[in-house]
Amino acid sequence: MARVIGAVVVDKEECKGCSVCVEACPHDVLALHFEVNSKGYHYSYMKSPEACVGCANCGVVCPDTCITVYRTKAS
Amino acid sequence: MELKEVTKTEGTMDIQDILKPENLVYQKTKLLTDTPMHYCPGCSHGVVHKILAELIDEMGIQERSIGVAPVGCAVFAYNYIDIDWQEAAHGRAPAVATGISRVNPDAFVFTYQGDGDLASIGAAEIMHACNRGENILVVFINNGIYGMTGGQMAPTTLEGMVTATTPYGRNTDLNGYPMRITNLIAQLPGTSYVTRQAVHTAGGVRKCKRALKKAIQNVLDKKGTSFVEVVSTCNSGWKMSPVASNKWMEENMIPYYPLGDMKDSVKGEHSEN
Repeated sequence: MARVIGAVVVDKEECKGCSVCVEACPHDVLALHFEVNSKGYHYSYMKSPEACVGCANCGVVCPDTCITVYRTKAS
Repeated sequence: MELKEVTKTEGTMDIQDILKPENLVYQKTKLLTDTPMHYCPGCSHGVVHKILAELIDEMGIQERSIGVAPVGCAVFAYNYIDIDWQEAAHGRAPAVATGISRVNPDAFVFTYQGDGDLASIGAAEIMHACNRGENILVVFINNGIYGMTGGQMAPTTLEGMVTATTPYGRNTDLNGYPMRITNLIAQLPGTSYVTRQAVHTAGGVRKCKRALKKAIQNVLDKKGTSFVEVVSTCNSGWKMSPVASNKWMEENMIPYYPLGDMKDSVKGEHSEN
């Protein structure tokens, strides 16, 4: 069975650092960055990108719709 | 969009091989405008706006959709979803929506209201609009508090819950009992679909989207009023972090406001369960 691999892109200026996506991620891919964006929020980023399967749970729960999700089969 | 934070994945695949248009599985719907939402971090309003925008886009009814914005945190809803909107006086959204839907019978008209707007000052309007079976969708955001004005007690505030106006917790002798307004509305024969949902988890968001889709379809099929309550959080008003308020909601709000469908029929029939 081909392994599914995903990636998310967080629009870090739109992110308000609520960390709802961090809780929703079943594979602990996301975390809040120690840096802040121009609004002063610790934005979400892919801490362990190799674990992402592109389930899109983070994008679905994001209240500010700043997450775009991609998924493909690993080659 | 920033790609800087995405680093190279381990193994054979480069991140740039994944970030291709053909691999896209989830993105912001084009019906949501680029205006940043003014809601607090983690607010359920953003999720419900997003679901509504996605559904209106997927069902291809953008040109027919008319929303009625409330007074409350969602007062600026017209800045975020790219459809026609009308702003109503506090609590009067169902009355305004009645007029709009009667002169535009082919339009998809919905109101978007909070618990201070719908369950308190607008209690008469919502009851009568639902009783008349107006062909509208009502989206009711229940977070048990007046969020915008600084966290005062709402009719839906839980017993013992601390708010700005109940600093020792809601006392039922003094303030009455938390109101399950959706249960009252389910008893009105004018309604067709009455349900209560939540958007605190990915599964909950997907279920809520299915419920809203059914409610929109009922309006398009002219079956009567559809009413969707979304049990929500107000992390600023509750004075908790977004994640903690989601947990608090699951432990305290949902036992009192249990999720699920309360009525699923057509106007004029009683099938409350």
